[in-house]
Amino acid sequence: MKISSEINGRTVVLDVPGERRLADLLREDLGLTGTKIGCNAGDCGACTVLLDGEQVCACLVPAARIDGGTVVTVEGLGPELAARFLLHGAAQCGFCTPGMLVAATSLLNANPAPDEAEVMDALGGVLCRCTGYRKIIDAILDRPVADDPRRIAKVDGPALVTGTARFGADEMPDDVLHVRMIRSPHPHARFALGDLDSIRGTPGLHLLLTAADVPGSNTYGIYPTGKDQFVLAEGYVRHRGEPVCALVGTAEAVQTDVPIAWEVLPPVAMGEGPDLHPHTPGNILIRGRVARGDTAQGDIRAAIAVETGFVEHAYIEPEAGYARRVGETIEIVATTQTPYMDRDEIALILGIPPERVRIIPTAVGGGFGGKLDLSVQPLIAIAAWRTGRPCRLVYTRAESMMASTKRHPSRITAEAAMDNEGRLLSYCCHADFDTGAYASWGPTVANRVPVHATGPYRVPNVLCTSAAIHSTNPPAGAFRGFGVPQVALAGEALLDMLAARLGIDPWEIRRINTLRPGDASGTGQVMGQGAALVECLDALHPAYLAMRAQRQTEGSIRRGVGVACMWYGIGNTSMSNPSEMVIGIDAAGRCVLFSGAVDIGQGSNTVMTQIAAAALGVPPEDVGLVAGDTARTRDAGKTSASRQTYVSGTAVRLAAEALRAEILRRANAGADAAIVLAGGKILINGLVLDPAAMKPDAEGLVLRGEGRFDPPTTPLDADGQGEPYACYAFAAQAALVEVDTALGTVRVLKIAAAHDVGRAVNPTLVEGQIHGGIAQGLGLALMEEYLPGRTENLHDYLIPTIGDVPEIEVFLVETEDGPKGVGEPALVATAPAILNAIADATGARLTRVPATPERVLEALRA
Amino acid sequence: MGVYLRPTTLEQALAALAAAPLTILAGGTDLYALPQTAPDLLDITRLPDLRTISSHPDHWFVPCRATWTDVLRSDLPALLHQAAAQVGGRQVQNTATLVGNLCNASPAADGVPCLMALGAQVELVSQSGRRLLELRDFILGPRRTARRADELVLGVRIPRGAAPIRSEFEKLGARRYLVISIASVAVVARAPSDLRIVVGACSAVPCRLPEVEAAVLAGKPLQIQHLAALSPIDDVRATADYRRTAVLQLIRRAYENIV
Repeated sequence: MKISSEINGRTVVLDVPGERRLADLLREDLGLTGTKIGCNAGDCGACTVLLDGEQVCACLVPAARIDGGTVVTVEGLGPELAARFLLHGAAQCGFCTPGMLVAATSLLNANPAPDEAEVMDALGGVLCRCTGYRKIIDAILDRPVADDPRRIAKVDGPALVTGTARFGADEMPDDVLHVRMIRSPHPHARFALGDLDSIRGTPGLHLLLTAADVPGSNTYGIYPTGKDQFVLAEGYVRHRGEPVCALVGTAEAVQTDVPIAWEVLPPVAMGEGPDLHPHTPGNILIRGRVARGDTAQGDIRAAIAVETGFVEHAYIEPEAGYARRVGETIEIVATTQTPYMDRDEIALILGIPPERVRIIPTAVGGGFGGKLDLSVQPLIAIAAWRTGRPCRLVYTRAESMMASTKRHPSRITAEAAMDNEGRLLSYCCHADFDTGAYASWGPTVANRVPVHATGPYRVPNVLCTSAAIHSTNPPAGAFRGFGVPQVALAGEALLDMLAARLGIDPWEIRRINTLRPGDASGTGQVMGQGAALVECLDALHPAYLAMRAQRQTEGSIRRGVGVACMWYGIGNTSMSNPSEMVIGIDAAGRCVLFSGAVDIGQGSNTVMTQIAAAALGVPPEDVGLVAGDTARTRDAGKTSASRQTYVSGTAVRLAAEALRAEILRRANAGADAAIVLAGGKILINGLVLDPAAMKPDAEGLVLRGEGRFDPPTTPLDADGQGEPYACYAFAAQAALVEVDTALGTVRVLKIAAAHDVGRAVNPTLVEGQIHGGIAQGLGLALMEEYLPGRTENLHDYLIPTIGDVPEIEVFLVETEDGPKGVGEPALVATAPAILNAIADATGARLTRVPATPERVLEALRA
Repeated sequence: MGVYLRPTTLEQALAALAAAPLTILAGGTDLYALPQTAPDLLDITRLPDLRTISSHPDHWFVPCRATWTDVLRSDLPALLHQAAAQVGGRQVQNTATLVGNLCNASPAADGVPCLMALGAQVELVSQSGRRLLELRDFILGPRRTARRADELVLGVRIPRGAAPIRSEFEKLGARRYLVISIASVAVVARAPSDLRIVVGACSAVPCRLPEVEAAVLAGKPLQIQHLAALSPIDDVRATADYRRTAVLQLIRRAYENIV
């Protein structure tokens, strides 16, 4: 069908099938990849464009419909709103940003001075998983930003707000072949591939890959000792969505049906059924334990049992990427949180040395732990390796939800005991985690949870245990908090229950028990001077009291206030997790930071740049950045465990200090001399160094500094005693909620959050992390539950929309400590605070999340 | 690849429908939400004169191309505005049509309870002529309507009646935007004794509840037994029991809001 349309002010004539999705036309036929596809079903709004001036989802519009009309995409918007998004930090990963900008533009065109409710109505159709929406609203309403030189715009921000950032699905090399994975529709089954020769001759089909075609190891896994997951299953599948074979060829050819005979087996739930792996008898993957003292102590006791379900990361960018073979090297351009682990895994899978695998991370459209595991990488790598042509794979939304890891469902029992003054004496907890079919990050959860289960309190007697247990559910892996958000639900409920028994205010009982500098944790680790939870609670107190003034505990619509605290060990648990950074000056006099820390939207590119600039003594705009690429940067570890700002940031500081020392040494200048980079020269207190006159090294640097940091920890003994983390972050949050006691619906009216962040490198980014974590905590508390086979889309699986996240008041508590991580700490306290607020409003104590209207009503009637 | 027709006259459209089975494509927000679109499509968005909602002495007419945004900007009864503002997000409201909402025949369609409570009629047209069906006779079951393969739904007629219409739509979902109803209730009162209450998402086809209407008019307390005509299911959104409880509450509130 001939179509003529005005797209971003240019007349475009095309001959395309009338039914083609406009989103595909824009991206694939016109290269306008600023329009993102998150679901292809109108559920997420990432592909929002203006059609004849009105916002529409480009995935739902047939190409024919634009004939004779006008289309405006993010590439066609003016710069003003984009600049406001940058200023406010309204773009984190940037994947929803084009949709947000377009939706906001349609609003502002019709109504140049909207109020907050009108902004929400106009943007209600675009989902964001990173920002918690609040800074997007601030940007659209053009609210003022606090004046603080640390609040610089994201260094990679301009690309995010103009649609030019390249995400996993945005790379479409010429000559590309498509890969389609065939997945098990059953959670547990044996299978036999049918007559494959019959389809091998399909025109356009280049390869049909089975387990036998994997050149190296067909198994992989996070832990060196736990390579239990299959690139392609070997006649037996343990979860729905497990890949059994793959097709490589043209887009049409890979749609060919593959004959598979299934022998369906009964699904295996956590703690039931036959062993799923020979190496995990009883399906117990691992146990964790922290024990100290005598937990019989304490007469005032309370106990609780809590249950949680699967939670889906629901990053708006589905897994995507392509691979190409360059001689004897494989290059993988894909969305990932962990390039070096990907490199090592792909080397094993291809049976080649790691040096011959190059990982080039794309912009990452949200990760939250879900892109720490391999997704598209193994099969695009094998396909490209075998065919010699670039091979590409983009997960559908259903595939992403079916095949990716999840937050661990949990069954938790806990008991706490206090003395008459409200001092915690004992805490016991056991948490069983459904780790699904394969290990993934299950061991991490099982190890981290017993350490954190007490919450950030001084408890002399502790017995906290955990188990990660296999089932035929999706592999549960890493998800913002590694099990800590689940156990916090139990601990924070117990504190409120005991406070009520003793007639002590919930805020007060937390302050009585706060883990302070000099106190020992359950693992016997003595807290350093940077443990600032008391300061957090104090900062929160006025907001808490103001919320308490709005309580309403009578009538049909009630309001209540909940408070919760959290702590979080930054980095790996008692395991080495070093980061290495290189910074230097090239012959042109430019400063370049080579950072392997992947920015997944949280802003680590900006934070690393700011830390480097401060340590070197130059403005941030003088520091250029090469990020991610395993061929050009050192291993900075994975972007997880809230570790990049603390671990990689320290490595960056050390590297920049080394570079500064080298420059000062060459200039024979004192330690406090000013360094200025100008006109290709380095000026030091009037002295001039000329980089052009120096000899560049292999990386093109004439002066360099290197930094390495591995947080000092000690192993935990059999009772979990030791120093598992070198740094802990603390927080206290309060929630004001409204409960409709007739329907069981809950509306969060306000959240206040006080976070011990050590020192905020960039307060705007820190607030953004806190907002986003709170939005995910709100989802965990009220609406999110992934049911395998039933909620594999973004209309049955609900995440908060712009209308669900309330006003958030943030208090940054800064100390003499260096910068701490905040990514996971942001989320942990929110759900317990909301559940405590529901209990405060109604007396009903929810022990199962999400607290759907139905469960709330049931609890009210119990 | 299938057929994609985009006729510019009603005659062409009806001739095409008479000649071969085609899936009618209006807003496309239901059809394109599926992974694969239907093979042979008849796109009606070029048909002339079928976009503007019109107001007549005894009825309103909502033609088949009118979108939810058109409904929002019209002088239609308030409950249709309430429903329109809660269908999907703005993107969907700007594309999806009210008639498409009826033709898709989802048990949770927000438009259906409202139009049933308003006593709407569906006007169908084919080469063999026009016919008018009561909405309750048009929707036969989930995803099933009385539309013949050769027919096009021209639009919906909504009777105005003599008295001003008092109405209320209540939608219950688990989040603020982009949410499929757990249950919905439309209440329309055209006179003190003329009350219609229709419940959505609690039966295969949204269902009018004369027993509830009678109880409400008689001032009797509403009870679960009054909901015998409903057949709610357990699904990912809620259990059947919860739906019954919630519906009673939604009806009470909707009615309180109009008296």
